[in-house]
Amino acid sequence: MIEGAIWRKWVFFYVPMALFLLFLLFPFYWMVITSVRPDGELYRPWNSINYNPFWTWKPTWDHVRYLFEETLFASWLWNTTFIALASTAISLVCGVFAGYALSRLNFPFAGSLGSAIFITYLVPQTLLFIPLAEIIRNYRLGDTPWSLILTYPTFLIPFCTWLMMGYFKAVPRELEECARIDGASRWQAMLYIVIPVAIPGILSAGIFAFTLSWNEFIYALVFLSSPAQKTVSVGVTSELIRGDVFYWGPLMAGALLGSIPVAIAYSFFVEHYVAGLTGSVKG
Amino acid sequence: MAISAVSATTLREAPPPRRQRLLEDERWLAFVLLVPTIVLLGMFIAYPFIRGILLSVTNSRVGMPGDFVGLANFYKIFNDGIFRTSVYNTFVYTGVTTVFKLALGLWLAMLLNRNFRGKAFTRAFILLPFIIPTVLSTFAWKWMFDPTFSVLNWLLYHFGLITGRINWLGDPDLAMISIIIVNIWRGVPFFAISLLAGLQTISPELNEAAAIDGAKPWQRFWHITWPLLLPVTMVVVLFSVIQTFADFQIVYVMTGGGPANATHLFATYAYQIGIGTGLLSEGAAISLAMFPVLFLVVIIQLLYIRRVEVR
Amino acid sequence: MGQVVLKGINKFYESVHAVKDVNLQIRDKEFVVFVGPSGCGKTTTLRMIAGLEAISSGDISIDGNVINALAPMDRDIAMVFQNYALYPHMSVYDNMAFGLKMRKFERPEIEKRVREAADILGIGELLKRKPRQLSGGQRQRVALGRAIVRHPRVFLFDEPLSNLDAKLRVQMRVELKKLHLRLGTTAIYVTHDQVEAMTLGDRVVVMKEGVVQQVGEPLELYNQPANKFVAGFIGSPAMNFAAVTVTEADGSLIAENSGLRIKLPDEIAQRLRGHIGREVILGVRPEDLTVVGSADLDHPCFDAVIEVVEQLGSEILLDMKVGESIMVASVEPTARVRVADKLRVAMRRSRLHVFDAQTEAAI
Repeated sequence: MIEGAIWRKWVFFYVPMALFLLFLLFPFYWMVITSVRPDGELYRPWNSINYNPFWTWKPTWDHVRYLFEETLFASWLWNTTFIALASTAISLVCGVFAGYALSRLNFPFAGSLGSAIFITYLVPQTLLFIPLAEIIRNYRLGDTPWSLILTYPTFLIPFCTWLMMGYFKAVPRELEECARIDGASRWQAMLYIVIPVAIPGILSAGIFAFTLSWNEFIYALVFLSSPAQKTVSVGVTSELIRGDVFYWGPLMAGALLGSIPVAIAYSFFVEHYVAGLTGSVKG
Repeated sequence: MAISAVSATTLREAPPPRRQRLLEDERWLAFVLLVPTIVLLGMFIAYPFIRGILLSVTNSRVGMPGDFVGLANFYKIFNDGIFRTSVYNTFVYTGVTTVFKLALGLWLAMLLNRNFRGKAFTRAFILLPFIIPTVLSTFAWKWMFDPTFSVLNWLLYHFGLITGRINWLGDPDLAMISIIIVNIWRGVPFFAISLLAGLQTISPELNEAAAIDGAKPWQRFWHITWPLLLPVTMVVVLFSVIQTFADFQIVYVMTGGGPANATHLFATYAYQIGIGTGLLSEGAAISLAMFPVLFLVVIIQLLYIRRVEVR
Repeated sequence: MGQVVLKGINKFYESVHAVKDVNLQIRDKEFVVFVGPSGCGKTTTLRMIAGLEAISSGDISIDGNVINALAPMDRDIAMVFQNYALYPHMSVYDNMAFGLKMRKFERPEIEKRVREAADILGIGELLKRKPRQLSGGQRQRVALGRAIVRHPRVFLFDEPLSNLDAKLRVQMRVELKKLHLRLGTTAIYVTHDQVEAMTLGDRVVVMKEGVVQQVGEPLELYNQPANKFVAGFIGSPAMNFAAVTVTEADGSLIAENSGLRIKLPDEIAQRLRGHIGREVILGVRPEDLTVVGSADLDHPCFDAVIEVVEQLGSEILLDMKVGESIMVASVEPTARVRVADKLRVAMRRSRLHVFDAQTEAAI
């Protein structure tokens, strides 16, 4: 009986779990191993003899050095960080305020405004990037970080608002009423009572918004043109490929280094990130 | 006693200073709080949307305002073979990936819903494909699918499954399959974690009660877990459908729409026409062609959420 | 000072008329309790006094000044909520100090007042804790403390004891009463529990469906309920009611229905002269029913059959079948009674209540 149970556990749990992990994580392993592998080992045909693709005995920093010495990778990293932080900050402020208003205050058209914000939440960036590109050009924002700092909030604010509405709804109304009777204005009650109580929600919204803006691609691809202004995703895509030639070593090193900041931010706030993710679909 | 002092000071306290009385009115406060959001969304969502529609009925190019041409752009794209392929591709891509993401995501969620050592750790790692910038992780896949240096070919060859190389991204069908695999890879974690959250809200007592009533595991899943999970599933699927339908990054990196424009989606084709060749108005028309489908999904979602809220 | 006057207060929620023309004068230092079933408008009335709900029509004034348009923060009141509403991210000290900080008090004064209140309530040891580290009773005290540090003109209580377990509730009830005697601040207290209303209130306001049914001192409500609703709501177990028809025989008035026929005592008969031939509702409290051996000439009597015996220790409750209806009697714990016993029951004549069958007002 016990033997049978162990056998079942292997078939129904360990093996599928291992396969899932392999499937989901192998590309990252492949990224890591490629980025430290000398070029001579990288470009060997898949069917050459005595070739072990999964390991190297001669790890090298060449690709990373190439990235920082021969390309503007450092600027890209800085650009991405700055843009992600700034747009997250803007979106958080707007989202927290809007979420508070929509979940806590009675005013005309509250319902339709809430629906409108929810709909913008579902608008994909690829629907509007062409007219937006024109507008950005007209506002003379093209090729500046501001073109992204101002447009990223369009998909971050609805998300933050939606998430914060959920958190604010969970804050007992009496807390705020008590504060107002205690002598706080509505504004102060929001600032000193409701917002501090909803800090876990703000953290979730913030970390999620940060990863979303770090990962954004199409706006950055379309709005930025000079190499020094690019974000990591765009820089790696456009500057490490010359025509048909892919510099796989630096490419993978760039992909790895470009992923590390989000991965670190994520690892500090896994729980908040997951709360944000699941909150984003539940609301 | 202390109390007498208390009562003595009861009489008058300084009246509170006259602060922004206007903001004591809910309507004004709401207005002030919503202004930044409305301005930003208006400027960069509503206005571009209108601009997009206006653009799509002109013949603008980059740097040239263009004239009104009515529905000529739409007429043109509907007679364009590549556009038709993109439409077909987008539906196949969305449909196939959604089915796989849901099935695998649900399976993974059920696995994660058990108690085992290192659960939190596993869950954290499983989300990596979702949080890592898609473009960057897609490059890893592109490298794995590389025609000459593919590690997948190496594996298949050494397991004795193939004898010659597979040109993953060079063949239209294989390229589509490759893209679908990457999308599934990226989407499964999102499904799994969201569904896991849904599973965790289902009281284990329900399954225990059903087990006592004699339900087999499969019956328990079908009669208890699945119906209770349905609301979350619906929302997750609808979200994913919208994202997948409008996807850009994976195809852009993996194939750029090739080989021979066989793997374009709406978004990549709109990019190629609108930005690549500078035919702004035609590009705008192509991405706006997504709108009816997206609109339908959004409406379903809104109605569904309303219904769930009413219950 | 803390004199509160409600004049013609109405509240509409769209089409629902939640509070109907409430008029009330609350004297300084008075403890007034609003009581009634849920949805009777008592909490809405309290929230209008607090400024948390807008008044649809009417005036609320404190010490002669109309405060209808004042924001809650400007009304100089304090409120204790049912769920305590302690700010979870602040320590007990900060919770109590918040109202004073908002009013820009000096730090030493804040410190002094918080200590004072903490001493009164015996929570001096807890000042550094966070609300989640407190028990239900402690939270209740902190909520009270937060109200009293402010030295407001009026305390508002919204069912403050209903989240406590039964034992603690009784204990806190006594403490609240003591606290009021000590501080002497006007208090308006909302509850659905008539025992709380009776024990705490200097005066009690009974409400039903947005209408004030009766305002009076506790015993007044108990002894002279203005209508059938008040009579049934105040007192536990509730008053027994029987619909009876009034007839005249041999110069005296008889009340009868399918199960009982009693001769009405003179003092009641006088009031019922105008109701001969009509139906009225007879009310008698369980404690005013006694089991008698045979016919009792002094008091009206009727026959009953015991259906359920509820032994409470201090008394026995008898659920009795009287004709078609059920009546409850509270009898001495020593009484020897069993289910299905047939009894003769007497009503204490001076404690009979009569209500109009249509208006339900006391006659």
